[in-house]
Amino acid sequence: MNYAGDVAALLRKDLLLELRAKETLPAMAIFVLAALTVFHFALPSGSSDLAADGLLWIAILFTALLGLSRAFVAEREQGVLDGLVMSPCDRSAIWLAKSLSALTFLVLVEAIALPAFSVFFAPVSLTTVAAVALADVGLCTVGTLLAAMAVASRTRELLLPLLFLPLALPIVVGGVGASVTANGGRYLGFLLVYDLVFAIICWASFEYVVAE
Amino acid sequence: MSSRNSWLSLALMAAAIALVAFYAPEDANQGLSQKIFYFHVPIALTAYACFGWGAWKALRYLWRREEHYDLESYVAIHLGVIFGAMTLLTGSIWAKISWGVWWTWSSNQLVLFLVLFLFYSTYFMLRFSVEDGPMRANLSAVYALFGVVLIPISFLAIRLANDFIHPTVFTSAGPQMSGSMFATFCVCLAAFLALAASFYGIELAGKRLDAKLRELRELLSP
Repeated sequence: MNYAGDVAALLRKDLLLELRAKETLPAMAIFVLAALTVFHFALPSGSSDLAADGLLWIAILFTALLGLSRAFVAEREQGVLDGLVMSPCDRSAIWLAKSLSALTFLVLVEAIALPAFSVFFAPVSLTTVAAVALADVGLCTVGTLLAAMAVASRTRELLLPLLFLPLALPIVVGGVGASVTANGGRYLGFLLVYDLVFAIICWASFEYVVAE
Repeated sequence: MSSRNSWLSLALMAAAIALVAFYAPEDANQGLSQKIFYFHVPIALTAYACFGWGAWKALRYLWRREEHYDLESYVAIHLGVIFGAMTLLTGSIWAKISWGVWWTWSSNQLVLFLVLFLFYSTYFMLRFSVEDGPMRANLSAVYALFGVVLIPISFLAIRLANDFIHPTVFTSAGPQMSGSMFATFCVCLAAFLALAASFYGIELAGKRLDAKLRELRELLSP
């Protein structure tokens, strides 16, 4: 099988698993709605919509984190990861497929979260939607690699947020900047640079994270 | 080797302190308090050098797969975190004296060091929650490489964030340094780099002895 075929097969496996088990996606959807509800009470009356825009990014960040913390759990528990590593496919294909499945879940959840946000708080601008799309790519590519690191450790889910937050900080800056400033173009550019740089590093280094 | 390094760094440090105390002129605006600049900035640059050195050793490890690179990378990052914590401390003291607050978000360098401090603290969490072996070395090396990519990207992000959080009001240490100030600064930087290098040598020697001792113990115990 070629590279694209490997990725497609692995992606299909993840999506099929989710369709049957229905574990991650409903959890993420309920979480993001619960988070937005909590945020209403975290914003005293008189807070500007800008504060709500900032909180939207926190909601997205933590929802992504929730999904990613489950990303490799099934593989690790059943010993699938060892099988995948030994199979004659490029290891980076495992990363790419897992990133794509995480991205699919995140985009689906945001299809609920963004309309909900615009109903609860303030309308979502087109720039924000573009920023969310770009940020999703960065969150999922970096997050998938870090999730693979975290499942290799004893502390597992505990470790992922610690690994993830400092690396996700530039994404939050880019996203909030695009949402709240009048001229969001440069922030979109920044998110794009982040995505490209980290996608290349993750693609190149994933092999070392799963194989000795 | 390492004792010669130690003497060199001791001599440089003594020279640096003497220059800061007696040679460098007092800053016209900030007065005596500006002198912390000669410690704060070289410590920060030394921390960057340690992180960079750690990442370089990490790259060498992934490339050559020789175990000693892993230990060297770890020791360098360990030192980087210590110097990073000292940067935060000296920066905080300087902020208190200059601006009357212990912490300011408008100093990009200080915020960057906070992010890096958090990032590299997690390096230890990661390292100590994985069994000793090639897997741990791999994960540590990849994480160390992420660090050197994160430094410029975070710096850019923090600069960008100033546009919507608040404009930069303060600039730490203006670029206009007189010749004697610059000379003092260079000696201080050399002193801290030498100090880091001798710490690096000592800790590495200690860690290697430790490993050797453990090997011998295992041989002796039935």
